[in-house]
Amino acid sequence: MSLRRTTKRRLRHGALYGVLVVAALAVVLGADWEAVKVNFFDSETWQALWPDIILTAAKNTVKYTVLAFAGGIALALVLALMKLSPLRGYRYLATIYIEFFRGLPALVVIIVMALGVPLAFQWQPPGGTVGAGIIALILVSSAYMAETLRAGIQAVPKGQREAAQSLGMSGFWTMVTVVLPQAIRIVIPPLTNEFILLVKDTSLLAFVGMQANQVDLTSFGQQGLVTYANASPLIAIALVYLIISIPASQLVAYLERRQMRAAR
Amino acid sequence: MSTPAIQVSGLHKSFGEHEVLKGIDFEVAEGQVVCVIGPSGSGKSTLLRCVNRLEEPTSGQIFVEGIDICDPEVDLDAVRSRIGMVFQQFNLFPHMSVLGNLCVAQRRVKRRSKSEAVEVARRNLAKVGLAERETAYPAQLSGGQQQRVAIARALSLDPDMMLFDEPTSALDPELVGDVLAVMRDLAAEGMTMMVVTHEMGFAREVGDNLVFMDDGVIVEEGDPRTVLSAPQHERTQAFLSKVL
Repeated sequence: MSLRRTTKRRLRHGALYGVLVVAALAVVLGADWEAVKVNFFDSETWQALWPDIILTAAKNTVKYTVLAFAGGIALALVLALMKLSPLRGYRYLATIYIEFFRGLPALVVIIVMALGVPLAFQWQPPGGTVGAGIIALILVSSAYMAETLRAGIQAVPKGQREAAQSLGMSGFWTMVTVVLPQAIRIVIPPLTNEFILLVKDTSLLAFVGMQANQVDLTSFGQQGLVTYANASPLIAIALVYLIISIPASQLVAYLERRQMRAAR
Repeated sequence: MSTPAIQVSGLHKSFGEHEVLKGIDFEVAEGQVVCVIGPSGSGKSTLLRCVNRLEEPTSGQIFVEGIDICDPEVDLDAVRSRIGMVFQQFNLFPHMSVLGNLCVAQRRVKRRSKSEAVEVARRNLAKVGLAERETAYPAQLSGGQQQRVAIARALSLDPDMMLFDEPTSALDPELVGDVLAVMRDLAAEGMTMMVVTHEMGFAREVGDNLVFMDDGVIVEEGDPRTVLSAPQHERTQAFLSKVL
């Protein structure tokens, strides 16, 4: 006798959940919970981190992210407009820049900017190695955001530009009052994604060394790990990263839903 | 004899290999309403779009009020600000209110003060019967209302002439009348108008001249009543028998 299709599906789902339950049991029973608690969730260590984890480390991470994002978007706008320029030379230049910085790991650019460039050019970056690292993040993120902005500008319907032109508006005013405001609305969700990536990329700045008042979340956690010989500080900073990035990604989801509705 | 508002001679336009306009000669006198009809793909919209150089002519000459608009030295933005254009898809700026749509070019092109721009905008909104909708956004308006706002937007620059590119083709049938009424009022005021349309009733009633285009050439032109009731050319007859 063959089983009915719904019965078969129920059995299959039951088996899949069974696997999950077995795996969870294995973790729960197999782990040494006392050791996990001492190494990851040690309340005394957590108390020692307070309030510097917020007032110094989280504040610096947010500050570096905002600086890199603001600088990146400004540079990205210039690059996007260059990419759409009628002048071939500008288009090539923008393409080379974008391909160059998208093709390199951010960490490499940060190290070169913070440790190589100051030596080669006898240059004191503002903010020391961290300042140079933020400039590196601006260079890298602008390459990604330039492509996003370009796509957004091109997604504005052609009729919009034509309407502005038919009213006698110059190319500059057409761009500033008609095209860009609509393009930016289109690219807000992908740009918010770029913001979240930047939140995490600021952790790479820890690699080039920071003064005590410059520490970001990652280097703060690392120092805690060394000081207390315990991984609890890393769990703590991980939670702070999530507190920053999850609301941001929820915001993206909300904006995307709203845009879907508006498009209808 | 006064200078014609629009004068086109020997106009050719190709998109790649495809020749859309194959030598067009025609004139619009000041204060005249010229309707252009013809099957889709006949080149009538392209012709209209060449008059304010939204399309670049391949060869030939276009004079607007005696100015050669294909001259590389010409101030195209200044010429365009004297030619109002109304599009099939309205093309209102969706991120601006109705008032914003009517003011932006007045401020940036005509350099009018804010209060002056608003005053002109309100006058033109009243003219198209939408005085009470100035704070609305385009998405909140019906197609017919959007098109009337688009007409008011073009009028706010005090143009010498108006180009209409199938202004009622994207509208629900019950909304066409309001837009045509506004256009009829404009014609009565003596506005120079070039109208690409499928509204034969409008052409017959309002048009001073009717141009029938097919396959990139002007096949026949003349008094709308004569052309519509007694077309001379075989292709005109064939087209009109399908649409009337």
